[in-house]
Amino acid sequence: MLYISKWKATAILLTALVCCLFAVPNFFPESTVKRWPEWAQRHIVLGLDLQGGSHILLEVDANDVRRQKLLALQDDVRRVLREARIGLTRAPVIRGSSVEVAIRENDLQQGLAKLRELAQPLGGFVGSTGARSIDIENVGGGVARLTPTEPALLERIRQAVDQSVEILGRRVNAMGLVEPSIQRQGNDRILVQVPGLGDPQQLLEILGKTAKLTFRLVDTSMPVEQALQGRPPPESEIVYGSEAERSQPYLLEKRVIVSGDELTDAQPGFDQRTSEPIVTFKFNTSGARKFAQVTQENVGRPFAIVLDDKVISAPVIREPILGGSGQISGNFTVESANNLAILLRAGALPAKLTVIEQRVVGAGLGQDSIEKGKLASYFGAALVVVFMIVTYGLFGVFASIAVAVNVGMIFGILSLLNATLTLPGIIGIVLTIGIAVDSNVLIYERIREEVRTGRTPITAIDAGFTRALATILDSNITTFIAAAVLFFFGSGPVRGFAVTLGIGIVTTVFTAFTLTRLIVAWWVRWARPRQLAIS
Amino acid sequence: MRLHHSIPLLRIVPDDTKFDFMRFRRISFPVSAALSILAIFLYFFHGLNFGIDFVGGTLIEVQSKSGPADLAKMRATLSGLSLGDVQLQEFGGPTNVLIRVAQQPGGEQAQQVAINKVREALGNEVDYRRVEVVGPRVSSELLAKSTIGLGLAIFGILIYLWFRFEWQFSLGAMIANVHDLVLTIGYMSLTQIDFDLSSIAALLTILGYSLNDTVVIYDRIREMLRRYKRMSMPDLLNISVNSTLSRSIITHVTVTLALLALLLFGGHAIHSFVATMIFGVVLVGTYTSVFIAAPILIYLGVGTTRMEAEDSAAKGKASTTQS
Repeated sequence: MLYISKWKATAILLTALVCCLFAVPNFFPESTVKRWPEWAQRHIVLGLDLQGGSHILLEVDANDVRRQKLLALQDDVRRVLREARIGLTRAPVIRGSSVEVAIRENDLQQGLAKLRELAQPLGGFVGSTGARSIDIENVGGGVARLTPTEPALLERIRQAVDQSVEILGRRVNAMGLVEPSIQRQGNDRILVQVPGLGDPQQLLEILGKTAKLTFRLVDTSMPVEQALQGRPPPESEIVYGSEAERSQPYLLEKRVIVSGDELTDAQPGFDQRTSEPIVTFKFNTSGARKFAQVTQENVGRPFAIVLDDKVISAPVIREPILGGSGQISGNFTVESANNLAILLRAGALPAKLTVIEQRVVGAGLGQDSIEKGKLASYFGAALVVVFMIVTYGLFGVFASIAVAVNVGMIFGILSLLNATLTLPGIIGIVLTIGIAVDSNVLIYERIREEVRTGRTPITAIDAGFTRALATILDSNITTFIAAAVLFFFGSGPVRGFAVTLGIGIVTTVFTAFTLTRLIVAWWVRWARPRQLAIS
Repeated sequence: MRLHHSIPLLRIVPDDTKFDFMRFRRISFPVSAALSILAIFLYFFHGLNFGIDFVGGTLIEVQSKSGPADLAKMRATLSGLSLGDVQLQEFGGPTNVLIRVAQQPGGEQAQQVAINKVREALGNEVDYRRVEVVGPRVSSELLAKSTIGLGLAIFGILIYLWFRFEWQFSLGAMIANVHDLVLTIGYMSLTQIDFDLSSIAALLTILGYSLNDTVVIYDRIREMLRRYKRMSMPDLLNISVNSTLSRSIITHVTVTLALLALLLFGGHAIHSFVATMIFGVVLVGTYTSVFIAAPILIYLGVGTTRMEAEDSAAKGKASTTQS
């Protein structure tokens, strides 16, 4: 046990040294580290709880996805049956989570066949599970019921998340935030993390808006009051104005002239006459053509600009708008005009997103936590080192060296993994300082016992190491299991605790098996003790 | 004796202690049983002070910009918002206030509305140091995940110990550790410490370290079982615990020192986490491994099969040499 070959000793020292060296970039300012070679740039990332920042978890609204899917299906059913000239006794309606359509008796078989064509196999070309996107049943009385299947909805939600991640990315970047991170989480969630952002009000506003913009004509065939009391015309519906528009009701045609996805640009600006904040926009070619045509035919009539089912303004068409560009004025503030421009440029979300978790730490608290964490670490380390030296003398110094290397290696490995250090992570490191000495204590106590049984110093040390190492391994593996579970089931800062605790256990076992042995072996060779008394 | 061979300074535990730890089992077992029942009783009738991680709601830490915060005024302002249960408490200093707003009825969106109301009401007089809003869906998931995590950790360790030792050891360690967790949960109920995600981390760490201690003693017991084949079980356990006593105490002192540093200098944010750890690791964990985990092996039948097996093995050996 005590004989360690030269190359083995070199390997041990090199491993420890290299691990510690990886921690070096953390002690230099970022600008300096940037000039180093790429492999040397890895460093520890401070968690949001230490550097301050916003953590926002959003969820795609499954009901909204289902509703949209049903609306699209309703359109498809109508279109397919009309194209096949199939007689209906009742137009398709949405009932619960299905679309129902009543088909004339003698067209029923043909109609069902056409509807079956709507059902797509899921899962692409390979790995098709045989599942279809829609279940179609004949419920009798000529009524066909089409229900989107659960796998099809899940697939749609997954797609909606992918699209949303991209759109949110554009929105957040347009806000000029530093190093935002936007990731999918699970099937239906998106995690947005923005370091350094202590006040996420604007961000929340930007993230939470679907930003579905439509231009629609106001239906003037009936006064709004009458439509509110009776039935609006079948091709029109009531839409309320935004709060800035005093939530006034409007009767709008359901048909959309142009929608927001045909915009190529949107910028905040000021109206030249009233110097009120506005948003100017540009359509793409097809959008511009459609808009030109409608405005030409409807001079003198009002049209409405609708954002997320709210009318933000309803101006009267004074002259045809042919250039494909225009402006929206709607009692904006400078900030809300700016937000709207960002939203329009980035595009509409495919479905509604809801904030389900929000954790924000101000930069002040983060800084406090770092300072207190540092202070606690220094004191913890100092107390442990003093105690070990008082208890074990020279061997206590050896233990302290091992602990110092341990902490260095923890930082090195954290840097190598580009891991995130959180406040609980710092606790993990301080705890490791307290625990790492345990392996030394186990070894020393064992050596002492062996000395008492009358062994010579060298055989006692040898036996002490051999026996203690088995125990060290056993006892650390149990703690490691706990840390691993915490890593997989914990979230956020707690995960940081699991990481430092886990790495701490690995480095502790490493130093106990190698470095401590090496130091003691050298000492034995140098001092050649005839008697041994650890404390 | 040359100086660098030995620097005897402090001997914490004298060599060759011979405490009869096993005799205490007649006291420690009933006491532990009573305490465990008390802890379970506390859990069910006093309850845990669940933080927003597990029940949802809003937590805001604000710092007053102008001198000490006027708690009474803030309380009056916020209770006028009709947000249900709103709690305020000073947090780590006279300028800092922790505000807790209960989960709002009406799903995820309602929580966001609540936080905006609070922000409006407090206006520009405060800095927001921390804002956490956990919706109903996330909180129920976190609770489920944490419960599964704790269960899995216990199960994983059980399996590992079963591989490394005999099943009696594995079972003994588990009883000891469930005892630790139950007492710690009782402590959390008694003190009404915030029970949040970091409490789960604390419980898992307590589990890990308490086992660490138990395993060290069990390792020694196993070794002694091989060495002293005819010693009575209580004597053997006593020797094992006594011979690891010095290590147990020194290690606990170092862990305590590290935790004490965290408690004194780590700030208010980690206070409850560290307090729980001190209770669980230092107080309960040490007691358990010596007074529960070791003596319980007597009842689980470790060593009873040993002597018979040895006897028959010895006989077998004898007969082969004879023939």
